[in-house]
Amino acid sequence: MDKNIFHSVRMDREKCVGCMNCIKRCPTEAIRVRNGKAKIIKEKCIDCGKCISVCPHHAKYAERDRLQNIINYKYNIALPAPSLYGQFNNLGNIDYVLAGLIDMGFDEVYEVSHAAEIVSKLTREMIAKNNTGKPLISSACPAVCRLIRVCYPSLLEQLVDINAPMEIAALAARRDAAEKTGLSPNEIGIFFITPCPAKITAAKNPITLDGPIIDGAIAISDIYPVLLQQMNRLAKSGEEIPELKRSGKSGVGWATSGGESAALFEENYIAADGIENVKAILDEIEDGKLNNVKFIELNSCTCGCVGGVLTVENPFVAKRRLHHLTHYMPITAEKYTKDDEEKDGDILRWQKIPEPANIMRLADNFKDAMRIMNEINELEKELPKLDCGTCGAPSCKALAEDIVRLFAEKRECIFLTRDKYKESHEPQAEMFMDNLPASFQASKEETK
Amino acid sequence: MENIKLHYDVIKDDFSCAGEASGKIKKTLKGLGLDSALVRNVAIAVYEGEINMVIHAEGGCIDAEISPDTITVVLKDVGPGIKDVQLAMQEGYSTAPENVRALGFGAGMGLPNIKKYSDEMNIETEVGVGTTITLKFNI
Repeated sequence: MDKNIFHSVRMDREKCVGCMNCIKRCPTEAIRVRNGKAKIIKEKCIDCGKCISVCPHHAKYAERDRLQNIINYKYNIALPAPSLYGQFNNLGNIDYVLAGLIDMGFDEVYEVSHAAEIVSKLTREMIAKNNTGKPLISSACPAVCRLIRVCYPSLLEQLVDINAPMEIAALAARRDAAEKTGLSPNEIGIFFITPCPAKITAAKNPITLDGPIIDGAIAISDIYPVLLQQMNRLAKSGEEIPELKRSGKSGVGWATSGGESAALFEENYIAADGIENVKAILDEIEDGKLNNVKFIELNSCTCGCVGGVLTVENPFVAKRRLHHLTHYMPITAEKYTKDDEEKDGDILRWQKIPEPANIMRLADNFKDAMRIMNEINELEKELPKLDCGTCGAPSCKALAEDIVRLFAEKRECIFLTRDKYKESHEPQAEMFMDNLPASFQASKEETK
Repeated sequence: MENIKLHYDVIKDDFSCAGEASGKIKKTLKGLGLDSALVRNVAIAVYEGEINMVIHAEGGCIDAEISPDTITVVLKDVGPGIKDVQLAMQEGYSTAPENVRALGFGAGMGLPNIKKYSDEMNIETEVGVGTTITLKFNI
């Protein structure tokens, strides 16, 4: 199926010690520990970056591009995500960030928050027209879109079918620059400054566009030290800072959870952030419990994009900073006219409908799936229901499924193996049991 | 081919666990690769039934049986029973107490929704004894 698609989230086998941290926290149960090393099941991975944030050994990382790559293009444009603005202490004017990016070697900046304002306008119109009796679901967080595709395919039809702000920004920036410079589109380098791996995957391997739309994705955390230096230099030099910003409060607000909804001027919304909370809301939507809500904003990361694993600042701190920064900003900096919309016609909407991934199903045909399901249910009764993860699967149920599908063996359950050992080696078993940690000795008395 | 059988107990007034049975049934159906619209219909209908048991009954159980062509769900409770089934089937009719409505339940859409989202619905009820609702969904 999706075996060969691009994933930003990767494994460093050298650093992996085979602990349970990532397998237990992965929202789609996409990781197993096999032969002492974690392995990501590519078809299930949604690139949310949770495993990167929970791995104490830094064995998970996000594949991204380096700033040096800009030498490959004649004209370079930086696309800063609004979450970038929340990384700096006492930032009073976004133009310092944008001017800093220009000083770093970019020829131009195109704010993703400007494109966000366009998306807000189009979403407002969609909400007004929506007569399906079901809420619209934001498609801005690519990890959420992929989660829906993998685990909640029936909700795909409720996604807002407008391109994400980063996508509109990328398409518009290339088009405008080609017009302005006379260069061919492939001589122009579009570099997205990203808070998370999910957006890197989305830009390089989009599920709603026909092909990749950026030339590089640079992590906020990689660019931060250099950018900060440039910004400090600018502030000290007393040079006049050019007015580069094109977005207001409603666009910049997208960096935090609830910001996208606030720009809709519609009070009947839900904004949930953090992947576990997102799953809980998606279940409620699926069960028809939220049909009276107009709009649902979902962000995979805590606090929204400022919680992305490639940012540097604590998400709650960044959120407060953005609140402060946008306090006196206008709602929107540039009016988006009917003429603009006409011109942007082909870059605003999805080019294709995302297909359900169907990785939840056990077999291609229903009868096989039923047989496998019965076997799993039977096997699950034998397992200890501790969900300890020692076998390398996130839960006993997951192990049962892996065993039935021949990806794992029964003996990988340390408790089943213990019992089997006791049966066959009664005297040695006593000694073996005495040397086990307390938690394993719990059933010693009853097994005598 | 052996049918898949699932059994869950439902406890009176336990709102924190309400939805667990329908959630697990939903997960099983997804695993079987059934059409997502069908899965959603079952999830909605069973959830409504489960909530009804939590609100109105003294507790009960949910049994689901999946065969190659049908999903049968039996929601059986011990409780007050339904005095007037026809009235209870009307949209907006509710006997839920005020404290339950404060939680957002009791809009009088439970039974109508169960009927709407299932292919077949049968109610057996006796006042003061309990109610058994049998639902069928065609695969």
